[in-house]
Amino acid sequence: MKDLIKDIESRFEVSDYIQKLDHLAFVTVEKEQAIALVTYLRDYRKFTSLTLLTAVDWLEDGVFQLTYLLNNPSELTEIGVRVMIDRENASMESAHHLWENMMTYQRELREMFGIDFPGSPRINEDFILEGWGDLPPYRRDFDTKVYSEETYFPRPGRQSNDPATYMKSKMYPNE
Amino acid sequence: MNPDRSLYPEMGEDGKPIIDLSSHKFLKIWQGPQHPGVTGNMSLELTVNGDEIVESKTHVGYLHRGFEKLMERRKFIQCFPTCIRMCVAEPDPNEYILSSCIEDLAGIEVPEMAQWLRTLALEMARLQVLLRGVPGQGGTFALGLGYQWGNYIRDLILDRFEELTGGRVYHMYILPGGVRGLLPDGFKKRMEENLKLVDEFVKNIDDLMYNNAVFKQRAKGLAVIPKEWIDTYGVYGPAARAAGVMRDVRKTHPYLKYAELDFEPYTTTESDVYARSRVRWYDLQMTVDLIRQIMAKMPEKGEIKAETPNVMHWRIPKGETYQKCESSRGEYGMYMVTDGSDMPRRVNLKGPSYTHANALLDKLLINANIADTAAIMVSLATCPPEIER
Repeated sequence: MKDLIKDIESRFEVSDYIQKLDHLAFVTVEKEQAIALVTYLRDYRKFTSLTLLTAVDWLEDGVFQLTYLLNNPSELTEIGVRVMIDRENASMESAHHLWENMMTYQRELREMFGIDFPGSPRINEDFILEGWGDLPPYRRDFDTKVYSEETYFPRPGRQSNDPATYMKSKMYPNE
Repeated sequence: MNPDRSLYPEMGEDGKPIIDLSSHKFLKIWQGPQHPGVTGNMSLELTVNGDEIVESKTHVGYLHRGFEKLMERRKFIQCFPTCIRMCVAEPDPNEYILSSCIEDLAGIEVPEMAQWLRTLALEMARLQVLLRGVPGQGGTFALGLGYQWGNYIRDLILDRFEELTGGRVYHMYILPGGVRGLLPDGFKKRMEENLKLVDEFVKNIDDLMYNNAVFKQRAKGLAVIPKEWIDTYGVYGPAARAAGVMRDVRKTHPYLKYAELDFEPYTTTESDVYARSRVRWYDLQMTVDLIRQIMAKMPEKGEIKAETPNVMHWRIPKGETYQKCESSRGEYGMYMVTDGSDMPRRVNLKGPSYTHANALLDKLLINANIADTAAIMVSLATCPPEIER
């Protein structure tokens, strides 16, 4: 794994590197180099399988973190390629040409986080939600509690508790 | 898999098929979300020409409750009741990967006895799924008898789960640091009695399904997944092994006690519906064997839980990890990001259904007969909640 990271560092500008497990590492690169690195890993370093693509919302920093997790089935190693993109008008180069299943991940991120992948097939088609007009719901500033309270109405006779307070009172009543 | 496109819709400049319903050449029908031939609540928007499918689009979202988002607002221990619902049929891998992520990020070592019990619970979960999943393939060809047999024995396995964990379907037996309890007295004896029934069931299913002329004629050669699709479409577990590609996390990245167990997952190369079903049938036998090995090798007593902080005040250091295990459908993984607070920053579940039911199923159904839709879908063992989390 160390040889691989050295190789990546010699070809791309890696701003952060974490060796998480023996077979799993994460590297962070600039947005402009991310798809080139993912392509290099697939074509030259045998990371032929895409495990997942997902996003993390760092609201306080004003960025989304995209993580491309790739698997090398022949050497049994995994690498997460991380890239930070602006939250405002969030957009990332599409990688649908690399794996047939990539377009599904990109379509989900478009819907759930509002991240655009121009050129990705069916990118604007509803995936999980239908007729959604609110903020993309997986963004940190989308408040599920407020949304529920505004959208749904409690049936009479039902009582709701804040889960944390309720569990504390049940499990640690003396604290 | 290069169908004669003269029968099919013309392709537009944007690469999408041009489907002119007014031409009376095509008909659009929906299979699901309420349909006996659909695995769970999802639907397929099928465009057919006669009884041949020319285009398929998978629609999910009927079960979406925003599990991943909800977990961002819950303390780590409160994530468990949410997490297990990401796959109703086989909830235990969810418990395991969530615990495993927390343990990895918090640096907790799980005691040996707990590792044995976790391995046992995961194999029991696989067993109860396969008891329905294997004969369920026959059900898609109107051969429903095996499913009834399997359901009966599955109920007995759920009895074992109930005495081990207190729950039949959702167990929450695996928690950060270990498990909730030891085996009850007489558990191994009762489990062995159940396993003998499974042995008999395996033979009966062989006669009922795999030597059945109708099943063979319909399943053989149906929906072949070429080997080169395994990585490009994201094919995992039994579906990949049916194409001759060894994909089993228990072997490739042994976790818990799998390295101490003697087993060899079955692979074949035909890669059709029959082969995928057959691989699961061998998996069922392997699971029975693994449960027997675990019960023979595990110690009688031991520490079952490492010490953890007060779960209501537990802050996990900032970091990220990806933990995985082998579910009955293939690699089942969780990507977790923490920010040093008492709740996860981001949790992302990766189940095999995500790719099997979308990119792969859309492709496999082209050129198929509409009557084979359910069979093809079941052969991929899709579980919709793990797609829409």
